[in-house]
Amino acid sequence: MNSKANLSFANLSAILASIAIVMAPHAPHVPKWTVAFCVIGLLIRLFAGWQRRPLPSKWLMVLFALVAVGGVLFSYRTLFGRDSAVTLLLAMAVLKSLEMHSRRDITIVAVLCYFLTITNFFYTQTILTALYSIGAAWLITATMVSLEHQTAPAQWKHVARTSGVLLAQSVPVMLLLFVLFPRIEGPLWGLPRFENIGRTGLSDKMAPGSMSRLSLSDEIAFRVTFQTPPADPRKLYWRGPVLWDYDGRTWTAGERVSLSSFTYESRGAPLKYSVTLEPHDKNWLFLVDLPSSLPRKSFMTRDYQVIAFNPVQQRLLYRAESHPLYRAGTEARQDELERALELPGFAAPKTREMVREWRNAGLTPKQIADQALDIFRTRPFVYTLEPPPLDKDPVDQFMFETRRGFCEHFASSFAVMMRAAGVPTRVVTGYLGGEINPIDGYLVVRQSEAHAWNEVWIRGEGWVRYDPTAAVSPLRIERGLATAVPETDVQPLLRRTQLQWIIEMRHQWDAVTNSWNQWVLGYTQEQQYRFLESFGFSDLSWRDMIIALMVTTGLVLAAFAIAMFMRLGGVISDPSQKLWLRFCEAMAARGIVRKASEGPRDFTARIVEQTPSLRERVQRIRDLYIELRYGGPDRSYRAYAHAVRELRTQIGMLNSSASGPDANA
Amino acid sequence: MSALLHPVITQIGQIILGKQQQIKLTIACLLARGHILIEDLPGVGKTTLAHALARSLGLDFQRIQFTSDLLPADIVGVTVFDRENSGFNFHPGPVFSQVILADEVNRATPKAQSALLEAMEEHQVTVDGNTRPLPEPFFVIATQNPSHQVGTFPLPESQLDRFLMRIHLGYPDAGAERELLEGRERRDMIDDLPPVITPDDLVSLQKQVRKVYTAPALIDYLQAVLAFTRNSSDYVSGLSPRAGLYLLNAARAWAFMDGRKKVIPEDIQAVLPSVVSHRLSPINGYASLPGMDLSERLIEEVAIP
Repeated sequence: MNSKANLSFANLSAILASIAIVMAPHAPHVPKWTVAFCVIGLLIRLFAGWQRRPLPSKWLMVLFALVAVGGVLFSYRTLFGRDSAVTLLLAMAVLKSLEMHSRRDITIVAVLCYFLTITNFFYTQTILTALYSIGAAWLITATMVSLEHQTAPAQWKHVARTSGVLLAQSVPVMLLLFVLFPRIEGPLWGLPRFENIGRTGLSDKMAPGSMSRLSLSDEIAFRVTFQTPPADPRKLYWRGPVLWDYDGRTWTAGERVSLSSFTYESRGAPLKYSVTLEPHDKNWLFLVDLPSSLPRKSFMTRDYQVIAFNPVQQRLLYRAESHPLYRAGTEARQDELERALELPGFAAPKTREMVREWRNAGLTPKQIADQALDIFRTRPFVYTLEPPPLDKDPVDQFMFETRRGFCEHFASSFAVMMRAAGVPTRVVTGYLGGEINPIDGYLVVRQSEAHAWNEVWIRGEGWVRYDPTAAVSPLRIERGLATAVPETDVQPLLRRTQLQWIIEMRHQWDAVTNSWNQWVLGYTQEQQYRFLESFGFSDLSWRDMIIALMVTTGLVLAAFAIAMFMRLGGVISDPSQKLWLRFCEAMAARGIVRKASEGPRDFTARIVEQTPSLRERVQRIRDLYIELRYGGPDRSYRAYAHAVRELRTQIGMLNSSASGPDANA
Repeated sequence: MSALLHPVITQIGQIILGKQQQIKLTIACLLARGHILIEDLPGVGKTTLAHALARSLGLDFQRIQFTSDLLPADIVGVTVFDRENSGFNFHPGPVFSQVILADEVNRATPKAQSALLEAMEEHQVTVDGNTRPLPEPFFVIATQNPSHQVGTFPLPESQLDRFLMRIHLGYPDAGAERELLEGRERRDMIDDLPPVITPDDLVSLQKQVRKVYTAPALIDYLQAVLAFTRNSSDYVSGLSPRAGLYLLNAARAWAFMDGRKKVIPEDIQAVLPSVVSHRLSPINGYASLPGMDLSERLIEEVAIP
């Protein structure tokens, strides 16, 4: 075998580049030693190929392999599971590249590279990952194609094209696999959760600063599409955890008591919408106050939170219906109301002092609430993302000293004041606002839209929403966060509204990502069933799907085979002949029909005889065609391509001049 | 046209008037290293053509008049005992020339015919066990009277196949004939003809002809032609592979004479009648194809791929 001779440096560099490109995305999450191991291994192989040095001996390779296995065991304490398996695979792929002696070895490494490409999806499934993987697959395929050029070094243009064609031909099968491959509910093979889950998002605790920290995050919390468009979707309150207990600094959620059934009085039309919730690793689902129908696998608590049975670890799509205008909770339970009045004895003495006067004045709960809002409104309170740290009693210090705060400061202080005045009050966290993406019309709610407000129980009215932040900064409610806070405040980059093009780009990208989420990642088992049902196939088992997959794939391949077979028979692959036939058609349109047995010279002579005005162009076409079709093999590809282009242009100009005055000649 | 060949054609054209196409075909045949059979009535200029060609090319020329009593030794030569040297001496026959005019080849017996035809095929003759090469270039112009004339032995198909081309000269048109009648004696003119090309040049031209490129698309066309003759019900039998090769070589020479380094379908069409007409015979006889020559019909029927 002359297979060794065929391992040219160009092929070697191509396969090493493929390995490097496939491995690069793994760099951030594998142990550092793996990165060093892989880089050094690839460099050694490159150097050995370049300098034609011998490769490491078998025993050395065994040693390396043992080192790699030892390293994985040391880092992960196991060889199983996603991370250790991927790390091991990377190390072994590099070691295999050190063993590449022949073309066959390169093929093995190339196939390994395909598999490594898949492993990227264990970590991230964004659109960019997909595009990157397609690029990687293209490069690997190109490497394999260039391997097949054994005699002459392949022209990279040709290789790139062939690789692209091969990938394009695989698209139908890919689509079939996507549509028909049975989906497994839940994470694949019990893979560990994605790392980026649960970093940001609401929690069931609220202390000064917890919300404003969230407001710096541009991450998307959820996206909404409305079936019945509301007047202003940005004024909707999306309920998250409801906080009851105050320990003098931090608010915490109460226990989740399920509500078997509940009725409330709605005022106004219902709002129907679908939410695509990003995974946040917590159980709560965000719905507009107050929901009248619940998503699947969820329940409602006594304080109207909607709780999923399982933590949201994958992107979740749910439909819901809400009534934004409502009266609820008029029949509150006594123990609940008592709980909504509890305050630790030491908390906020100065504030309680102030509030005691209102209580003694015999004001109604409503008047007390207005009084409290008045304080925010009349005294110099400032709504800011950068509140000064509160080291003493947070409420007192905020109310009387700093007076600069974010929504949690206002909500917390308001709740303390109301409770001190004897009015049952609780803190509600969630999201307010969002942004309509003009591209696809989705409402995008980001973490920075996190908000805290209050609910006050008023006899006869039930739980009534009070938003003290609105009293300080109506703009926050009206126009969103960015316009409400002082310009000097640190804000997420993308919030800076001056950069119009950034905003537009972000909208575009959001829309693309959203479609990706909705149509590709969101194609779960349920969507699959629904999609197949729309074709009249209901109740397909996974066995049926596998059979359908095999049958349709077979049909696609058969179609390809037939197409190729036909191509062998009749289809003209010579570009000059295609152009020539086009030329003959153009001439036939002028009434000069070529006989099947008429050669190019005779035919063009006849044309020139009948239409002398075309002489030069027709003779040029004749010369180009004869050169291309019957010319020698010694011409360069460049000259050939150039001649084809000129022939195309000449024939094109002939067609365009057909409408000219000499067309009737 | 090749600069070397142009004077040859002009010069012969001054002798044989109005027969430009036949002259070109003859030269193409020579360039393709084939032999030509001119079939026509006596007196239309067959001999003159051969003579003028040999003179113009500077080749030595021999004429063999075939008669019914011609013997093979009259063609290839005889070995005679030389008394002085006490040995046998070979006296080369007329075949040891560069251009041979085999006049009225169908009037000789098959035995004499085959002596010439074997020399044509092998480019060598074997006499008394000694093989002697013939000179280069070696070109045979055979003439044949129409086979319906009295006293002829028509060449069998297998012998006909050895000629690359068969052409007809035909009567000259009125203008050409008038010029002929008013002009000088042709024989004198031939004697005055200067050679315009050397034999070495001719050999090099023959080599260049072999390098003329035939593209796959052209081979496709040639194969379509061959396949058509084999599949069609018009012919007794289709063209042989050798006929295909001859056709390709002739087309190469034709393209070369046109100054091209590549063959186009028109080249094949130009030489096709003279290359195939003596190899194809119609099943129903000529009468069934009124108004159209067999090979013209072949050109018409085969589409250029």
